[in-house]
Amino acid sequence: MEFSYTIYIALIPFAVFVINGLFGSKIKESFTGYLGVAGMVVATYLSYFTAYHYFFKVGKAVDGAYQKVIGFNMEWLRFTESLHIDIGVLLDPISVMMLVVITTISLMVHIYSLGYMKGDKGYSRFFAFLSLFTFSMLGLVVATNIFQMYMFWELVGLSSYLLIAHYYQKPSAVAASKKAFIVTRFADLGFLIGILILSYLTGTFDFNILCNPEGPAFMQSSSAVFLGLSTMGWALILIFMGGAGKSAMFPFHIWLPDAMEGPTPVSALIHAATMVVAGVFLIARLFPIFAIVAPNALEVVAVIGGFSSIFAAVIACTQTDIKRILAFSTMSQIGYMMLALGVSGYGAEAGLGFMASMFHLFTHAMFKALLFLGAGAIIHAIHTNNLSEMGNLRKYMPIPHITFLIACLAISGIPPFAGFFSKDEILVAAYNHNQIYFWVEWIVAGLTAFYMFRLYFGIFWGKEKKYDHTPHDAPFSMTFPLIFLAIASAIVGFIPFSNFVTSDGLPFDIQMHWEIALPSIGIAIFGIIVAFVFYKKESDLPNRAVASFGSFYKYALNKFYFDELYLFVARKVIFKRFSSPIAWFDRHIIDATMDGVATITNYIALKIKGLQSGQLQQYASVFVSGVLLLIVIFIYLISV
Amino acid sequence: MDFNQFIIMKHELLLTITVMVLLVAELTINDKKRIIPIAISLFGLHTALGFFWNESGALFGGMYQTSELIILMKNILNIGVFIVLLQSANWLRKPENFNKISEYFILLFSTLIGMNFMISSGEFLMFYLGLELATIPMAALVAYNTFNQKSAEAGVKLILSAAFSSGIMLFGISLFYGQFGSTYFQQLSMISMDTPLAILALIFFLSGLSFKISLVPFHLWTADVYEGAPVNITSYLSVISKGAAVFILTILLFTIFRTMVEVWTNIIYIIAILTMTIGNLFAIRQQNIKRFLAFSSIAQAGFILLGIIGTSSLGMATVIYFMLIYIFSNLGAFGVVSVISDYSGKENIDDYNGLYHSNPKLSLVMMLSLFSLAGIPPIAGFFGKFFLFTAAAEQGYYWLVLIAVINATISLYYYLIVVKAMFINKNDTPIAKIKSDNYARFALVICVVGIFIIGFFGSLFEYINHLSFGI
Repeated sequence: MEFSYTIYIALIPFAVFVINGLFGSKIKESFTGYLGVAGMVVATYLSYFTAYHYFFKVGKAVDGAYQKVIGFNMEWLRFTESLHIDIGVLLDPISVMMLVVITTISLMVHIYSLGYMKGDKGYSRFFAFLSLFTFSMLGLVVATNIFQMYMFWELVGLSSYLLIAHYYQKPSAVAASKKAFIVTRFADLGFLIGILILSYLTGTFDFNILCNPEGPAFMQSSSAVFLGLSTMGWALILIFMGGAGKSAMFPFHIWLPDAMEGPTPVSALIHAATMVVAGVFLIARLFPIFAIVAPNALEVVAVIGGFSSIFAAVIACTQTDIKRILAFSTMSQIGYMMLALGVSGYGAEAGLGFMASMFHLFTHAMFKALLFLGAGAIIHAIHTNNLSEMGNLRKYMPIPHITFLIACLAISGIPPFAGFFSKDEILVAAYNHNQIYFWVEWIVAGLTAFYMFRLYFGIFWGKEKKYDHTPHDAPFSMTFPLIFLAIASAIVGFIPFSNFVTSDGLPFDIQMHWEIALPSIGIAIFGIIVAFVFYKKESDLPNRAVASFGSFYKYALNKFYFDELYLFVARKVIFKRFSSPIAWFDRHIIDATMDGVATITNYIALKIKGLQSGQLQQYASVFVSGVLLLIVIFIYLISV
Repeated sequence: MDFNQFIIMKHELLLTITVMVLLVAELTINDKKRIIPIAISLFGLHTALGFFWNESGALFGGMYQTSELIILMKNILNIGVFIVLLQSANWLRKPENFNKISEYFILLFSTLIGMNFMISSGEFLMFYLGLELATIPMAALVAYNTFNQKSAEAGVKLILSAAFSSGIMLFGISLFYGQFGSTYFQQLSMISMDTPLAILALIFFLSGLSFKISLVPFHLWTADVYEGAPVNITSYLSVISKGAAVFILTILLFTIFRTMVEVWTNIIYIIAILTMTIGNLFAIRQQNIKRFLAFSSIAQAGFILLGIIGTSSLGMATVIYFMLIYIFSNLGAFGVVSVISDYSGKENIDDYNGLYHSNPKLSLVMMLSLFSLAGIPPIAGFFGKFFLFTAAAEQGYYWLVLIAVINATISLYYYLIVVKAMFINKNDTPIAKIKSDNYARFALVICVVGIFIIGFFGSLFEYINHLSFGI
């Protein structure tokens, strides 16, 4: 098998995790970090090699379309002939692209962490979990079947939980990690039910069969309709629920801002570039079913994505914690990707949205990781997250300043930076599908430019604040990833993405749609100008603007009170009305029954102890009685 | 005999040669301790050779037979015995055992030869000879600590009750011969029928083998003998001896008794429930760790019957697979018990209080082994039990599986008692830090690796499944 080595891309981080996890306390601390970086260098090299090999050598073996290639497969659990769970590596354009994204970002974050985490008490633990996360994420994207994907999906959730709670002495970090875990877990319940329904209808877990909606698996799929949607549609919506949980889509978004309690490199890797796009990847993986069997479900994806993007963008304009602003911006950008998938059709040109979504995923990973790492450099230097305590940092930190600016231009969609190209494709796809989506996303583009430059001007310009000590520029281990990602953010937009990643594997060419691009550039520049006027110099313009919005500002500042609403529902309704009666039943009926069984068992055990007397005569007589009893039962009572 | 025939009997012949070599070594070597590495490495060589140059076939007009499946069973037993030998090295070096080191190996290998003949037998007489060869030296081994009253008592108890059960079994065999006029398995599997006399013979025969596997109600000797015998002999009895008997029982039930399948599945059904339940109920109350493991191994034997009752090739495969896992898990537990008993002389569960603080590694191995015995995923034991339950459920024995699941839960309770003692309970005078010898460490490493790897090594089960056959 040509691609069988691809299994090592995932296994190398796992080996690093095992070594660092088991022996982290025994070996020299700095070694754990270097080991992590070395492992990632090899994994990155392998995945670039795979990408080169796949896209340029063997991928288009048949009909000029990229094929799905099974690089490695192993049957893990076999229950029946048709029901078995495999572990393997599936290579197709999106998984190969994800391999590149994950290993690149993970490598950069590993290098960055060498400097950022230096002197931290949990240094080796941090690197161990970072490797565990990378392994899980890689296992997720190369999954050959939906069950494997689910397992790695949960592993990703677990490692995210462990990393958010890195500073576990801080109560807020612990609370945030629990919140992230519980919210995503709740969404995963939907995912699991969706998987079960889907595999019940089709009789398989295998993506190769699932992604062939004209195939036999879908022939006799049930036409039962529930609340106006087919069973398949419901299954897909439930699966999307899992994706929405991981990708922090409305209404499961509440965990993402809190997850910023984790160390900043973690936010960059997990909560910006890789894990949170797992939901998008999930929809993309199952896209043929969505597009062909249940377009209704796809419409739901579009609506949720579109709403999340504007919802998050509005909140982002009001926040003051720089990492939270970036978190809401992430949510907003993922909303873009979801929307793009939702408006896409299946097949070459109709699949523009699909391609645009993957493109945006790719570019977003680069510039959002860069933004987080840049923010990390600033936090590292002045020990605060609060925007109002920053200002005029450009003269102390030239490299973060320039790279941050590039990232801001990229996310705002200013040509020729990466974000412009991918966002433009999304807007074209939205425009072709339904103009309402287009106008919503057009406004979001303006808001994005505004809040990103509010951040930029707030941090690097404005009045200089009092710092504990003079801010110092970051060490080379931290600036190198910034420079690398800045270059990537600047140029990856020129990749002819539609030649590689499309919904059905067939490459096509795209043209520039200037009639769409120009208005979007226009509103982005408008947003930047407003931010410039408001925040370049200290002025009372922002306060006046706030006043004119009145209570709407207050709602946005408090994230529209969703946390409070969920808490109310959880505490007052679910806990009080449902959980406590169930708890009572559990304690007094179920537990009591079990205790009773245990007591009886113990009692009998005590009573029959005498049977074991130590006397051989008695043993022999029991033996003979046993034989005689069997004879009586089986010869006289049954046979005759 | 040409060379080919030697190869067919390779396992038995090699062991016999080993015994001969040891007899000579006993005469020529003055420093008796040097026998230990010689014997262990000879047996290691034998174990390794067991995997190569194997041939299937029959000898002596069908009295002796072997096949890939039988070779696999022998190899599994060999691995187990190898671990037991490693674990007993330190104990044998003690001054009181000084003069009988080679006896230990010679007797132990003799019983193993007996078991190999038993598994390979193609005929009842051969089978009986093998069985006796496996039993009589065993009694001597159990009474190895001659001056320890308990050990001597255990030896006497074993030989007397074994004689008793062989008598009944032999009676069953003779009835079988009287009914069908043959003692050859190949013929019997074609001509046997479920006449009342044959059923009587079946019950007698089954009770004899049940004695070896210590199934309820033929198990009563187990606890006393296990407690009295030296720890390593106990582990040998509870794993190897039991394993060999399970293997031959499965083969015989699936071949010569297959015409009586409806009768024996019912018998096994009853015995399985009794064995699991009684074994568990007794295990809960034990204070002595060896007695505790003895009863737990009775309960485990009850679980194994679920695979046999499956009567399919999957059933047979799971029985063998489970035995393999059971060897590693039980020998892991016994290995720790043997180390602790060697160095501190303590054998009560209370003595294990706070063990984790003084001996973390031993406690972890013990915990792992107990978890595997209890069947906690993702360790090997879980897969073993899971497949056993699947095999029984496939045949529609849902009630039996339900009872088994309840029993598995009960067993979890008492396994956790030991874990709790080691990790949670406080102790003012814990067992001091033990620096175990390299042999024992190597044995424990093998067990731990086995426990971890087997569960994830799916192709192994595939291989066993491919060799197995059903009714």
